[in-house]
Amino acid sequence: MSNATTAHSVVEPSSTSKRIAGFIVILYAVITMVPLAWIFLTSIKSPPDSISYPPKIVFQPTLEGYCNLFTTRTRQTPEYIQSLGPPTSTCDEITRSRNMVIAGPSNYWPRFTNSMVIAFGSTFLAVFLGTLAAYGFSRFRVPLADDLLFFILSTRMMPPIAVAIPIYLMYRELGLSDTALGMILLYTAVNVSLAVWLLKGFIDEIPREYEEAAMIDGYTRLQAFRKVVLPQATTGIAATAIFCLIFAWNEYAFAVLLTSGTAQTAPPFIPTIIGEGGMDWPAVAAGTTIFLVPILVFTILLRKQLLRGITFGAVRK
Amino acid sequence: MAEIRIENLRKQFSDFVAVQDSSFTVEDGEFLALLGPSGCGKTTTLRMIAGLELPTSGKIYLDGEDVTFNRASERDIAFVFQLFALYPHMNVRKNIGFPLLSQGVPKAEIKARVEETARLLQISHILDRSVSGLAGGDRQRVALGRAIVRRPKCFLMDEPLGTLDAEFREVMVHELRELHNRIHATTVYVTHDQHEAMAMADKIAVMNHGVIEQFGTPQEIYNRPASMYVADFIGSPPMNFLKFTSGLQIGARSVSVDGVEIALPEVRQDMAVGELALGVRPEHIRFSDNSALRGSVYGAEYLGTNQIVAVETGKGLLKARVSADRTFRVGETVGLELNSEKLSLFDCASGRAVKSSLYTEARHG
Repeated sequence: MSNATTAHSVVEPSSTSKRIAGFIVILYAVITMVPLAWIFLTSIKSPPDSISYPPKIVFQPTLEGYCNLFTTRTRQTPEYIQSLGPPTSTCDEITRSRNMVIAGPSNYWPRFTNSMVIAFGSTFLAVFLGTLAAYGFSRFRVPLADDLLFFILSTRMMPPIAVAIPIYLMYRELGLSDTALGMILLYTAVNVSLAVWLLKGFIDEIPREYEEAAMIDGYTRLQAFRKVVLPQATTGIAATAIFCLIFAWNEYAFAVLLTSGTAQTAPPFIPTIIGEGGMDWPAVAAGTTIFLVPILVFTILLRKQLLRGITFGAVRK
Repeated sequence: MAEIRIENLRKQFSDFVAVQDSSFTVEDGEFLALLGPSGCGKTTTLRMIAGLELPTSGKIYLDGEDVTFNRASERDIAFVFQLFALYPHMNVRKNIGFPLLSQGVPKAEIKARVEETARLLQISHILDRSVSGLAGGDRQRVALGRAIVRRPKCFLMDEPLGTLDAEFREVMVHELRELHNRIHATTVYVTHDQHEAMAMADKIAVMNHGVIEQFGTPQEIYNRPASMYVADFIGSPPMNFLKFTSGLQIGARSVSVDGVEIALPEVRQDMAVGELALGVRPEHIRFSDNSALRGSVYGAEYLGTNQIVAVETGKGLLKARVSADRTFRVGETVGLELNSEKLSLFDCASGRAVKSSLYTEARHG
């Protein structure tokens, strides 16, 4: 098992083909990273630089986009600004240079927090429920197991947004509209089918003998599950968690429809960032850049498991 | 340590009967081998004793206590799995100590007992290694360590040597028997390998299609097989059968196979005319020129100290184990003499052995 975890070809590739392969990989990486680089560079440009044509590669970086993202500002007369004391922060200074003063914090941070709570909350719930259900399906003789599994899968057979209107009406009746709980439940419902199926595959691969050994060694089934099955399913759980998190983090359509105020997540909020007199592209770019960070960190931390998750079933044995 | 008593144990999976009304007792300190081909119900029997499967009906007593419906964790038994089932996320020390942890044994005592077990199995040097890098034999020893560290009432082993290579298996057979001699734990050992069973067990239960065909010492099983199935399954090459049609009366001391009178142990059972089979082990055949039973040599298999000579008799191929110093030509006509004290007789219709002095006297004596 241990020596078969890396796939390898019997024939050593020639140096030319290695070079060609390397070139293709690098080219692909560059192409896919250009939009990310673009977003990041835009976020540190001044508004005039961000819309200049041809695009500026060399420019004076500024934090203006980030300042605008996190604050609301009001336009004032130069005389009024002159009458104020010295600026208290970098953002204050930048804002004053545009003939404006900071009026207060923007809604970005609460929206970002909503995203964190809803995405991580629903991921935790989906993975938790998915693990237990997958274990049950994998180990016990569940009556109509195949039909139940098909039913669970069938919830993903149409795009979730197809049921948006009934859900909207139900949520309004139940008072779940524009609540974090409502969004967590919704994303959990969508993700749990994926979680059950993915995790069942992983748990099926863990030999039953481990739990049986633990049960004979004096543990209850639940203890055996916790001490023997869970540690071995971590790869699968991590992979499943990433998939669920990415979905919940990126989800836009339901968020637009069901959240408007207190429970609004970052994706529907970012496009609403409009500065005085036209779209404030650096602020939008800054919002996007910050929005990317959690998922990037999470994915980098769990990248090995993610890889296993994508190729699962193909590497073992 | 404890006695295991099984009464009318039965296990049915929907319409497939895996184990049929089995009853047997493993006495305290005894080593029982459940022997049979794959699918004969031996592993299911073992798993029911362990509590990993619930029987459809029947009772299991451990040390006199009815444990039929107790959880596996409440039975105080140890199980060695075919693939060892060492927990991959723990090192050797933690694997062996895991059963003690569940009993709330203090850390210091766990450490002491794990080390004592490791010394017994001579694996002290690998205690802090990861189990994934271990060789087959060491994995086996760690699995055994995990079983014996708790000093359970009995050990159950499910083909624990099945994955080892032949050479190493010999070593482990010896080690297992040594271990048993030292700790005298009641053991039930499942295997499909007759050599393992013969070499280690005090008693053997030969199983076929969910039924225990015979339960006895290795000597009884080998010398007085209760059925044609057992006679055929045990021994290599297996027992030869000479089929013929005849009736039998109590007291008969010979049978006539195609006009050839063959002496055998005194028959203790009347049999109506039917198809019978004379069973003879290869080592109970001698070559003798003046014997009436004749055949032509079909082939010979040289084994060093002896050889297996196949002879075509007209009643089928007979394999004889004879000394290696005589060379046989293929096609050569030979006379065969059967050791009349060791012959078994079977009723072909039921497959059961016909009662004779070979069976009854040995049982009383």
